[in-house]
Amino acid sequence: MQQNDTVLSMRGICKEFPGVKALQNVDFTLRRGEIHALMGENGAGKSTLIKVLTGVYTKDKGSITMEGTEGEADIRSPQDAQNIGISTVYQEITLCPNLTVAENMFIGRDPGLISHKKEYERRSEEMLRSLNIPARARQELSSCSLAVQQMVAIARAVDMNCKVLILDEPTSSLDDKEVQMLFSLMRDLKSRGVGIIFVTHFLEQVYEVCDRITVLRNGELVGEYPIEELPQVQLVAKMMGKELDELEDMETFGQKPVPQDETVYEAEDLSSTASRPFRFSIRRGEVNGFTGLLGSGRSESVRAIFGADHVTGGNVKVKGKSVRIQKPIDAMKNGIGYLPEDRKRDGIIADLSVRENIILALQVMRGFFRPMSRSEADKFADEYIAALNIKTASKDTPVGSLSGGNQQKVILARWLLTHPDYLILDEPTRGIDVGTKLEIQKLVLKLAQEDVSITFISSEVEEMLRTCSRLIVMRDRRIVGELKDDELTQANVMKTIAGGDGQ
Amino acid sequence: MSKTKRKGNGVGQLLIPLIAILLLVVFNLIRDPSFFSIGTTVNNAGTTVLSGNLISIINGASELAILAMGMTLVTAACGGQDISVGAGAAIAGSVFVRVLKSGSSITGLTVLLAFLACCVVSMLFSSFNGTLVAVFGIQPMIATLILYTCGRSIAYWINGGATPTVSSGIISSIGSFIPNVPIPTPIFIVVIMAILLNLAFRFTNLSLYTQSVGINQAASRLNGINPTFIKMLSFIILGICVSVAGTIGVCRLSLINHETLLLDVEMDAILAVAIGGNSLGGGRFRISGSVLGAYIIQMLTTTLYAMKVPSTDVKAYKAVVIILLVVMGSPVVKKKVSGLIARRRAGSAGSEGKEAA
Repeated sequence: MQQNDTVLSMRGICKEFPGVKALQNVDFTLRRGEIHALMGENGAGKSTLIKVLTGVYTKDKGSITMEGTEGEADIRSPQDAQNIGISTVYQEITLCPNLTVAENMFIGRDPGLISHKKEYERRSEEMLRSLNIPARARQELSSCSLAVQQMVAIARAVDMNCKVLILDEPTSSLDDKEVQMLFSLMRDLKSRGVGIIFVTHFLEQVYEVCDRITVLRNGELVGEYPIEELPQVQLVAKMMGKELDELEDMETFGQKPVPQDETVYEAEDLSSTASRPFRFSIRRGEVNGFTGLLGSGRSESVRAIFGADHVTGGNVKVKGKSVRIQKPIDAMKNGIGYLPEDRKRDGIIADLSVRENIILALQVMRGFFRPMSRSEADKFADEYIAALNIKTASKDTPVGSLSGGNQQKVILARWLLTHPDYLILDEPTRGIDVGTKLEIQKLVLKLAQEDVSITFISSEVEEMLRTCSRLIVMRDRRIVGELKDDELTQANVMKTIAGGDGQ
Repeated sequence: MSKTKRKGNGVGQLLIPLIAILLLVVFNLIRDPSFFSIGTTVNNAGTTVLSGNLISIINGASELAILAMGMTLVTAACGGQDISVGAGAAIAGSVFVRVLKSGSSITGLTVLLAFLACCVVSMLFSSFNGTLVAVFGIQPMIATLILYTCGRSIAYWINGGATPTVSSGIISSIGSFIPNVPIPTPIFIVVIMAILLNLAFRFTNLSLYTQSVGINQAASRLNGINPTFIKMLSFIILGICVSVAGTIGVCRLSLINHETLLLDVEMDAILAVAIGGNSLGGGRFRISGSVLGAYIIQMLTTTLYAMKVPSTDVKAYKAVVIILLVVMGSPVVKKKVSGLIARRRAGSAGSEGKEAA
């Protein structure tokens, strides 16, 4: 309609990697002064589209036009993108933490060697004030909170006269208050006419700030919708390519599994270098959860169970027999598996193939002198790639090149292959798309029905309420409550976490 | 399709070293068509033996090839290199000679004992390096700098300040030729070492564990692997390689000179690992690449000498070629080249498709 309103238009973008069509004929339009959500499951092509736009990848086909640039924009490097007014702020801060805020805002932008420190500080101070960013120009960047650092990165982009600002998962490590700060900054920029592309996994946040949504699926464009025309349920359905009633069916789930009487694991006064002594037990076929705020010690507790941190004391019984679990291999030999919270740091061996990543834990349990034959490893890999529906070009693909959700499935496969009696899943659904989230939740319930005991930790309380039959609530590295059956409501969990039960 | 792809990936890492060998061979053949011709001569012991540049290249690279094998493992597991292998070999050689000299005569048994002794000593020294790296988390180059600095002094003490000689038929059959066998013995030793290492890879998880630890130590630990043990093991295996290389070095000359034995070999060994396409930052590795790298370095040296380049200038010329090799193997160039190949392949696949239609 109003052609002048368009800041950026991408038409018929195609990008192919060996074995994968990452983008097929995708269109994307961004208008002046709008916040535009780019949505899709992992592997839908969001990151590829962003990378094409920012010059990290070169497109195979298609055209990009930018307002203020004659004809087709030729973007071959991030520098090109920046020169025509496209800036990106990533989830991980890419600034220099040991420089000051002002230096960070102007570093690398000066053609000469002489820097005008005073001038920079004055301009930074102005910029920070006009954008309401709570930082001072001469402060060292590392002394700011993560949210403020992100805002400084945004301010830097704005000061470089960007017309298109890309925010890639900016909120995933921020708390609610910080998210609100970021949103008000985004609205401010919007009123200044900046077009913002917002990539996130949090559906609520999309509905809070965005004007429009573009949905991608399997590298193809599903459609572009004004926010008011696409209710949340439909958005999810579009992202997953599933019909609504099918989704509802997933939402209701089956019955929660009923645990048996046998106690599979129990710990008395278990403590590690990172966790205070606690007592815990789990029955066969039970799904329980640890909940609490970040830093409450929920991850540290399960790490102590697995021997991931140095265990300092306590008595542990597995199936009624006293055992010593000092290090991960002890836990594994006692039938315990552990999917760590930080997938990149503690989970995947990025350069190894999907096959090697799947067989790793079982292989280690078999021992150093009993390597698996190639055909056996292939068989296991094929079996679990099919069972968990892992999307990978082949089993020889390095696991690091898979999308987040599929990496997580590979680690799940790794532990399922060991046929554990007790499986600890620490944040298995973090940073992965809705479809895979539901798949993992369903899998947890299915495993429990097959008599596996599971500890399921998630930052999303609803998810735990849906899967767990017992919730252990932690605060300040202590267990402060235990909820089961009818007590399992969101309100109860919040109350126990906050400690508002009349103490 | 997947099969051909796997094969392609496998050769990928070896592509640069193979091209390098090919270029060196072609260059030499153009320069002197008889460069690689193999002749026979009769040596002092009366055995008819093979001779020629090719033999001397393969023979001369033996110590380097063996050290490169161990260096690859240390590099993969620890993400760093051991710069004390030259000094370590001097110690090993000195122990070998010292034990031999302590006996009244040199027999097969005393040689075996002497070799075992130098093997044990080498493993002890490399465990010292390994402890600093694996237990104390010191950067491998810094940790091994200690032995690099003092190793040849230790060898001097073991030798009592002299350069003792050992002359015996057994020693010369290890260092040069076994009677009635036309191929130099060090070549057989390289083959044996390669087979042993291969067996270790086949019958243990050495390769998987080493790569896991090198890529992601934290995750490896959480999967029940003991990273300290794996790093230590890589150093101990390198220790064995050092003792074998030191022994060959001593047997070649029938004497131990602690100042010159395998001097500066550590840098060549690291270079062999790099030319073989292995990341010096650790992780995935291929021993065969490093061994090829060792032969490339030796072929280069031999070529330069054959061209009558003065020995003082050889290092400078070597450097030029090495710059070329390293740049060819760099990620930037690799990416460009593989991009070109992919585009060409896509083009030909497209036209094939059209023809079929």
